[in-house]
Amino acid sequence: MAMKGGYTDKMWDSIKKVEATRKSRLGKQQPSMSLEEGEKLLKKYHPDYKKGNTRKIKIGPSKGDPVVQEVANLLEAYPRIDPEKIDLSRVDYKTDVLVIGGGGAGTSAALLTCENGVHVTIATKLRLGDANTMMAQGGIQAADKENDSPAIHYLDVIGGGHFDNKPELVKALVMDAPRIIGWLEDLGMMFDREEDGTMITRHGGGTSRKRMHSARDYTGGEIMKTLRDEALNNPKGIEIIEFSPAVELLLDKDGKTCGAILFNLETEEYLTVESKAVIITTGGFGRLHIQKFPTTNHYGATADGLVLGYRAGAKLAFLDTVQYHPTGAAYPEQIVGQLVTEKIRSAGAEPVNVHGEQFVYPLEPRDIEAAALIREVERGNGMETPTGMKGIWLDTPLIEMKEGKGSIEKNFPAMFRQNMRFDINMAKTPILIYPTLHYQNGGMEISSDCSTSVPGLYVAGETSGGVHGRNRLMGNSLLDVLVFGQRAGKAASKYVKGVSPGKPTLKHVRKYIKDLEKTDIPKDRIAPMVLPDYTRGETKKRQLTSHYLGTLR
Amino acid sequence: MDEEMVRIYIMGKEYKVPGNLTILTAMEYAGYQVKRGAGCREGFCGACATVYRMKDDYKLKADLACQTKVEDGMYLAQLPFVPAQKSIYDINKLKPEVGTFQEIYPENFKCVSCNTCTKACPQDIEVMDYVQAIVRGDIKKAADISFDCIMCGLCALRCPAEISQYNAGILARRLYGKYLAPRAKHTRKRIEELERGMWEDEVNKLMKISKKELKEKYKSRDKEA
Repeated sequence: MAMKGGYTDKMWDSIKKVEATRKSRLGKQQPSMSLEEGEKLLKKYHPDYKKGNTRKIKIGPSKGDPVVQEVANLLEAYPRIDPEKIDLSRVDYKTDVLVIGGGGAGTSAALLTCENGVHVTIATKLRLGDANTMMAQGGIQAADKENDSPAIHYLDVIGGGHFDNKPELVKALVMDAPRIIGWLEDLGMMFDREEDGTMITRHGGGTSRKRMHSARDYTGGEIMKTLRDEALNNPKGIEIIEFSPAVELLLDKDGKTCGAILFNLETEEYLTVESKAVIITTGGFGRLHIQKFPTTNHYGATADGLVLGYRAGAKLAFLDTVQYHPTGAAYPEQIVGQLVTEKIRSAGAEPVNVHGEQFVYPLEPRDIEAAALIREVERGNGMETPTGMKGIWLDTPLIEMKEGKGSIEKNFPAMFRQNMRFDINMAKTPILIYPTLHYQNGGMEISSDCSTSVPGLYVAGETSGGVHGRNRLMGNSLLDVLVFGQRAGKAASKYVKGVSPGKPTLKHVRKYIKDLEKTDIPKDRIAPMVLPDYTRGETKKRQLTSHYLGTLR
Repeated sequence: MDEEMVRIYIMGKEYKVPGNLTILTAMEYAGYQVKRGAGCREGFCGACATVYRMKDDYKLKADLACQTKVEDGMYLAQLPFVPAQKSIYDINKLKPEVGTFQEIYPENFKCVSCNTCTKACPQDIEVMDYVQAIVRGDIKKAADISFDCIMCGLCALRCPAEISQYNAGILARRLYGKYLAPRAKHTRKRIEELERGMWEDEVNKLMKISKKELKEKYKSRDKEA
């Protein structure tokens, strides 16, 4: 196929139209939508409103609540382990606080636990730092400037979440935010700043103040690398067990959390951790590919913690809503679904259709922006790629017109580098995007200290629910993982000082199995998923002596 | 679109895979279930460092499996782990000066300026330049150049002087961020206000009002241009 500058001839025909309208679009924008217009658009075009997207869960503490189908499949599933076969008298690891999940929330929880003089163990499925935090590009919100306030931040958060967020969680989020920025500064994290130290801040979709703090387009990466370095500097207080996902929690006879069963991915052994409290920070569910969408999420985003916590009795909230990031890559094929940071639009890029026309305000809250892009493609104004996928142009050269030549390479080195690998120079040509599965809006219900309805069980980060209501704004997830990671660490270290749980049991798992047996749920449906299944059916047909337990071989 | 198949050699063994795949998805196509060697799958985490060479070529190349398209005749192996040393330190007790590196990562000073690290870097970072900046005590420059490092460890594995560049890089960035970068006065001011309880009432009020009132407030909020 004839290619020039990374695009086919047919795509160039449309790019020329985008170029032709660029000057006249500069400085002009579509107005932002009213609340009512937004609601109407969502109902018609947002994937959450697609018929059959959710179903009522048949079992467990939130029985009867609607959750998305893919999550229901995990909750209505049998455990990986047979409780009768696990020897709980053998303890492989002992600690005070067990953190399950080694991303931004888990690592901050561990750091705060350690700071409080309590021993903590992080068990994580992949490596410490293999998490969505590492991939967050655009920024972190905090109302720390003169024209801004925690109250204004509060309004933005709760409006973006359609006024359904849990108020005490929103308060915690916005009130802790400036202190979190200060904490990161103290740890030595590098931010984008003016010469005098003032933070360079920008808008995100749905913000009314420029409060997005950033570190080029590696914001989450630099946060994660800094936190990981700090955790590794405390080997006496923080033990780290990698490639060992937790597959079940342990409760004592009174229902107090007292550890977990880990699965060593390499030796395939099940190991026991005894602890006085557990913090679940396992992140989101992108790798479930809700409605078959591609995802921005990391390899391990399979919502394992949700399954463990639910079986132990934690209630769920808002798991009927899913965040689709408006701008996932739609081309080239190798990077389809990967994140194109919202900060690109903050800096001045805008979506335009195949004819080079504007059709939406570029910084609506994510659900509305995504729905507007889907509508434009359904109206027949999308650009078709060689694989038949349809996308919308994101006119990136506008950034260079607004902020000067070279500003894309300087402020978006990751995006620039990724596109140059495919011969696309986004400083000169637009890039093609389409909504992609991005974030688990809901999760396990928590209080502002991250406690749950299960004693000794704390939850923080993407696997919790309530902070963001039905839709999260950009830059509030990096903030969420740090605010609530810290809060969980603090609360758990306080809790363990006054508690001594009894012997660990799997009573709750036995009961869950009994409840499952009363339903028609297929016995070969296994959870947690641990790893997504990317093995081809063809290959599986030839794997004659292999045994699959769920998605794992 | 017709998929052109290419021949690749995973750890020496031949597989035919569609030519439009990345190294990572090609391995999955071939039947591997990846445990080590996949993380973010978007080029941000450094989990999928891969060494390869092309058929009939002796040169070893390095890149990220998730961001690199397969090519016909690729001989490749993924690195499950990089056992380079990360030193333990208390960032609060360090000084942002060359002596800190002499103590914590003395091997940096054995750099022979061969530039092999730079050639190995999948991020196209001038790795040797930041090692040299560390040697000169220019921490700001080392922090700036190393900023896009994803800590995959390929530089360290190729280095004849056995330097662990990526670990020295994060130390340089933390020293710069903590001690040399100007601080944000507005952040400290807001933190202090919050500690005094200054914003408590305003937020508490918002928590109590009805959804209808909240909606009105949201609609009428002014927006910074």
